[in-house]
Amino acid sequence: MALSRLSLRSNRFLKPTPTLLRHVSTDTTPITIETAVPFESHLCDAPSRSVTTSSSEILTFFRDMARMRRMEIAADSLYKSKLIRGFCHLYDGQEALAVGMEAAITRKDAIITSYRDHCTFLGRGGELVDAFSELMGRKRGCSNGKGGSMHFYKKDACFYGGHGIVGAQIPLGCGLAFAQKYNKEEFVTFTLYGDGAANQGQLFEALNIAALWDLPAILVCENNHYGMGTATWRSAKSPAYFKRGDYVPGLKVDGMDALAVKQACKFAKEHALKNGPIILEMDTYRYHGHSMSDPGSTYRTRDEVSGVRQVRDPIERVRKLLLTHDIATEKELKDMEKEVRKEVDDAVAQAKESPVPEPSELFTNMYVKDCGVESFGADRKELKVTLP
Amino acid sequence: MAARIHGGAGAGAATALSTFNPKKLVAPSRTNLPAITRSKRYIVASGSDASNKSLRVRHSQKLIANAAVAVCLLSLILHELLLFEALQEGLEEEMDRDPHVCVMGEDVGHYGGSYKVTKGLADKFGDLRVLDTPICENAFTGMGIGAAMTGLRPVIEGMNMGFLLLAFNQISNNCGMLHYTSGGQFTIPVVIRGPGGVGRQLGAEHSQRLESYFQSIPGIQMVACSTPYNAKGLMKAAIRSENPVILFEHVLLYNLKEKIPDEEYICNLEEAEMVRPGEHITILTYSRMRYHVMQAAKTLVNKGYDPEVIDIRSLKPFDLYTIGNSVKKTHRVLIVEECMRTGGIGASLTAAINENFHDYLDAPVMCLSSQDVPTPYAGTLEEWTVVQPAQIVTAVEQLCQ
Repeated sequence: MALSRLSLRSNRFLKPTPTLLRHVSTDTTPITIETAVPFESHLCDAPSRSVTTSSSEILTFFRDMARMRRMEIAADSLYKSKLIRGFCHLYDGQEALAVGMEAAITRKDAIITSYRDHCTFLGRGGELVDAFSELMGRKRGCSNGKGGSMHFYKKDACFYGGHGIVGAQIPLGCGLAFAQKYNKEEFVTFTLYGDGAANQGQLFEALNIAALWDLPAILVCENNHYGMGTATWRSAKSPAYFKRGDYVPGLKVDGMDALAVKQACKFAKEHALKNGPIILEMDTYRYHGHSMSDPGSTYRTRDEVSGVRQVRDPIERVRKLLLTHDIATEKELKDMEKEVRKEVDDAVAQAKESPVPEPSELFTNMYVKDCGVESFGADRKELKVTLP
Repeated sequence: MAARIHGGAGAGAATALSTFNPKKLVAPSRTNLPAITRSKRYIVASGSDASNKSLRVRHSQKLIANAAVAVCLLSLILHELLLFEALQEGLEEEMDRDPHVCVMGEDVGHYGGSYKVTKGLADKFGDLRVLDTPICENAFTGMGIGAAMTGLRPVIEGMNMGFLLLAFNQISNNCGMLHYTSGGQFTIPVVIRGPGGVGRQLGAEHSQRLESYFQSIPGIQMVACSTPYNAKGLMKAAIRSENPVILFEHVLLYNLKEKIPDEEYICNLEEAEMVRPGEHITILTYSRMRYHVMQAAKTLVNKGYDPEVIDIRSLKPFDLYTIGNSVKKTHRVLIVEECMRTGGIGASLTAAINENFHDYLDAPVMCLSSQDVPTPYAGTLEEWTVVQPAQIVTAVEQLCQ
């Protein structure tokens, strides 16, 4: 019935059939929405608060964020049942960042992030099955099971991972931007790091080079206010991360608002292609602890977490948006969530069935086979594996 | 163009090329030693030997008819240069050949390189390909690796190898491991190079030997050059390799003079070089110690010993094929290195030889390395931290009793 109401506004829809009720709206007429929180800027003009979007885009946001949220919750339960081992850093609460960024850029723009990379991988077009297989160490995983939670990569979508050491991805990201400039491509690199990594020296080193050489690098600080267990006010003398670039312009964005994120990323891309690096500080929040080994309640109160969940949750925001603009009904959204849940459960089941890597995989991908070699160990006496 | 891969001997030690022996250009390293019966074997590591499972080089198929004659003729067109010029030549040729190759480091561009290895390249190739970085090893090494992930081939120069300790995280975690942890999606074709080793009273922090620290990093290859011939060859091979390669140069070897062929050649990254074939004892060495060993060898020859000197060149992985053949012949091994005693290249090599060739040894493997001290400033003390020819002679005499 919502769709029939919509057809009063635009007659681009087909007559609603029961199956079409479940499909994402294909309406791309532009809608303009104001962001709730204004942008704060440093050394540049803030972009306008009016974001141009469309119903199909907002519905995509909802679906993608719901999928990401479900994936993280499923990962949580898989970790507790010991199918995922090691470290598992979950992104729920921060989904708006991943989807908002994707909406503003192309698959040829590069993204590199730290270990909290499951949702960014999904946003870049990664499959749920590949993600879960990698988390469970199966061959089907995006890194053949050899990387794990912190090492998701997707080369064809220009997603460069997935890095375990805090801050080490920042120089790598500037290197990606350098390569884009070297090859004279009109693309940019988004280098994501957290509020904890914002105190690393290599950030400032890389920023200096990026600004000096005019690299199309956009450094995005995902400020979820806690560097593992330490709050920002306890670790940074100046928690205004967007200003810390000094000579590099910065923008502070409400990271729980997917549309604001989209606007900021679009603005940043245009800026970077013309004027060099820019810092985006995304004010966001994570509901889980730093990782699955961290309960997340020793350094913050449960009231704080539930408060953010009630007031600023990104999915609820988009849901409200969809309902107030009559793009979808309550029921349709619930159905969509049910579908997504089923998708995720199917993917988990499929990943559970998938086989573990062969023992010979231990030695593959150590060195690239250059000149037609068979790979020996360092002693070259024993043939360890014949590379394909 | 058919760049020929010269294995092994090359043009011999840089000390003198007066005895131009065509047989010396033949690579004996893939066949049994000595090469006299096989003198008709050609330069390239032969691909025709089916049972030979060792490194098959891509260009091995392009054998030239009458190669022995051709080698003599072509390689007679030599030109003389210094080691740093050889490195520069190799770098320049590769940058000409492949537009993806770029150089980054401190003062490599307008200044010309602190050891003149990149002199003139900035004028020729421009600022985007020869990049002067600020002093931030961690960041620019990381940048080089990030650029390599997309397909560029950066050559990262550390002004002194010791400074690369600041970039250890990037070298170990990203450079070495990304190919593996991404399941083969990304290759990191970087070359990390720089001078290291004990110089002339440079002080403790500027006289470091980092081979020992980097050798455990999985996923990288390490080579050490010692002559202008192998410097150019290894530089070119390292740039063309899809794997990350660390090329160790030595501060005191930059002014070595040698005649190298005009025509293009590259050296095998994983092959050791036979410097002087012999019968009594195998001496394994690399980089600057090669010259101390050759000096000691002169004394030893006068005393009646016949040492076989091998420049291992490839520090990771070791060329145990060449080394093994040598051990099987002489049954005695002496390792002479400039690395620290504890956990150095010599220590690993000793372990590898003992593990693999224990039955062939008549005496325990002896390893002469630098003392486990920070290099002092005083000249006399500094001399005693590294291995001197006299010590090598004593050690050989001891082993050959």
